[in-house]
Amino acid sequence: MSLPDTQTRWRCRRGMLENDLLLRAFLEYGYDELDQEGRDAFDRLLGYPDNLLLDLVLGRQQTVDAGIARLVPLIRAAAAARTWE
Amino acid sequence: MTLTTRKFDALIVGAGGAGLRAALQLSNAEARVAVVSKVFPTRSHTVAAQGGVNAALANVLPDSWHWHMFDTVKGSDYLGDQDAIEYMCRAAPKVVYELEHFGVPFSRLEEGNIYQRAFGGQSQHFGKEQAARTCAAADRTGHAILHSLYQQNLRAQTHFFDEYFAIDLIKDETGHVLGVVAFDILSGEPIVIEAKTTLIATGGAGQIFRTNTNALSNTGDGMAMALRAGVPLEDMEFVQFHPTGIAGRGMLITEGARGEGGFLINDQGERFMERYAPNAKDLASRDVVSRAIAIEVREGRGCGRNKDHTLLDLRHLGADTIMKKLPGIREVSMTFLGVDPIEAPIPVFPTCHYSMGGIPTNRDGQVVVPVKDTPEDPVPGLYAAGEAACVSVHGANRLGGNSLLDILVFGRAAANHILDFLKDNRQHRPLHQESVDQALARLARWDRKGEGEAVEPLRRELRKVMEDHCGVFRTAEVMQEGVTRLHELRERIDNAVIRDHSRTFNTARVEAMELENLMDCAMATIVSALGREESRGAHSRMDFTDRDDERWLRHSLYSLQDDAMDYKPVRTQPVTVESFPPKERVY
Ligand SMILES: Cc1cc2nc3c(=O)[nH]c(=O)nc-3n(C[C@H](O)[C@H](O)[C@H](O)COP(=O)(O)OP(=O)(O)OC[C@H]3O[C@@H](n4cnc5c(N)ncnc54)[C@H](O)[C@@H]3O)c2cc1C
Repeated sequence: MSLPDTQTRWRCRRGMLENDLLLRAFLEYGYDELDQEGRDAFDRLLGYPDNLLLDLVLGRQQTVDAGIARLVPLIRAAAAARTWE
Repeated sequence: MTLTTRKFDALIVGAGGAGLRAALQLSNAEARVAVVSKVFPTRSHTVAAQGGVNAALANVLPDSWHWHMFDTVKGSDYLGDQDAIEYMCRAAPKVVYELEHFGVPFSRLEEGNIYQRAFGGQSQHFGKEQAARTCAAADRTGHAILHSLYQQNLRAQTHFFDEYFAIDLIKDETGHVLGVVAFDILSGEPIVIEAKTTLIATGGAGQIFRTNTNALSNTGDGMAMALRAGVPLEDMEFVQFHPTGIAGRGMLITEGARGEGGFLINDQGERFMERYAPNAKDLASRDVVSRAIAIEVREGRGCGRNKDHTLLDLRHLGADTIMKKLPGIREVSMTFLGVDPIEAPIPVFPTCHYSMGGIPTNRDGQVVVPVKDTPEDPVPGLYAAGEAACVSVHGANRLGGNSLLDILVFGRAAANHILDFLKDNRQHRPLHQESVDQALARLARWDRKGEGEAVEPLRRELRKVMEDHCGVFRTAEVMQEGVTRLHELRERIDNAVIRDHSRTFNTARVEAMELENLMDCAMATIVSALGREESRGAHSRMDFTDRDDERWLRHSLYSLQDDAMDYKPVRTQPVTVESFPPKERVY
């Protein structure tokens, strides 16, 4: 399995700790299994401002972007599954 | 290899609120300005600020800048510089109205004025009734400020080097700062950015502690750059902690949870706050609760596999109350721990929130260092603002809402001084190749191959050492052991290697250089904390429990060379009003 494209990895560096942790967990558990469509959706998600990104992942806001909507439960599952330092 | 070189009038390292506010002032005055940021500007940490920004607008309750000044001096436990505090509190209304003009959508009162919230530590009439001083754009003030300033900068044609990592300052033999050496994270190519003036606005260093509320990017890069350029760091021992962060993750569980009746327990299930604060119990002040948690863990009554946290129990409140009154807390706990507080208690530990210390500056944002008899001599061409700087308006403790104010007021003030400097200094000084080579060598050092420890475990160890030895439980013995361990770590970091030597988007190299910066900031923090033999504001020592104005009403200065400590007086004289003399701090 290939490591996530490093550029995507750097774009997961965010302005809020919550997003840093959610996205980092997903890079470790889940991102590799995505097909191209899923990766494109992830790139779109990374384009969102931090507040909106967090709201979407925490389900406080919904998106009409079906690709991103499919990612949300995967990201949450990754965050809950990650073993932390 | 030819090295790319670019020249600007003013260079700003950091695109958070401080950097962008300064850049805008400069671009609007038609200076040639460049901003370097390791993350895309709108992903700077300022985006996380929710609470708001303080200014005595008197829109909701009577207020005055002078009362705001009193609260800030008192909040600082009298360690804040009163000239800078006066300047900041007077400038606050203007800075907030400017933001409004830049497009920040502040929440409003019915009649249209900016709405203001009441926060802790705000008073009318010098310590009497509660004041309401915090202006907010709903719960996303930082986001609104950052995005508005970024848009304004694009319009003003500020040049951005997005996703460039600044390595070190360039300094010539006469001590003038000439810009920075950076590298493009995308291509891996180094670049020399020459500038007549350089402003460091790289934010805080919260990542030196295992449990903290800061974004991962808060690694104190600018502070470490200053240290390596021979500038000492001021008051680094003052670090604000919040008692209940999610253990191992860092984000806050607000006081609301305990306000609703939640309580802390140890591994025996004991409500231990009853022992530490028989009356206030779980609602005792932040430092008391923080210390109690740390003591429980130190004495072996911590919970979990590593016995490294305590638990916050909400279960007895019942599902209804939790879902109605604490939905945000439940959500965070479920997302980051997979723990539903209706069914199980939440693991918590004190979390580092804000660095009061930083690069010493005067109220014009000039970086100042002790030279012979003067404690504050400007370093020509070098400025600092924001959480990276120590101007010092927060002294030993920052008030909520004063940090966004600090970054805006002093970002702007630094820019104004830079404009004056540029009038008198029209030419670039000759580049100092030796200094450039030194920075390039620091970059090339990570190309080394062969055996060596990896970066991530070292980072983890560093943060754990800081949490255990320089967190909320501080004694000479505990910290001395921490210093010894950091010295060992410093050597191991010198010998560390990274496996990925590719040029493009090599984030391993960025993380390695951040680790070096964390190391320098951590050492500055613990050595300063060991030096200060008193308790003041956020620095509380178990072996020196009282504030000691006679010996310690002074600022600490830590230098990288020999890890040496020096001290300088507090500026107790404001600009136009009378000084507030130290008093016992009671709220
Ligand atoms: C969760 C949270 C909530 C907060 N809420 C409030 C609040 O309500 N009110 C308040 O007043 N304060 C609040 N604060 C504090 C406040 O947000 C920060 O102190 C402030 O935003 C810092 O701004 P800054 O401009 O100094 O730095 P930052 O916003 O941290 O920006 C630093 C910049 O430097 C850049 N940078 C760093 N290192 C390098 C390098 N080596 N090379 C290139 N670029 C680099 C980064 O890319 C970034 O652009 C809060 C803090 C936290 C953690």
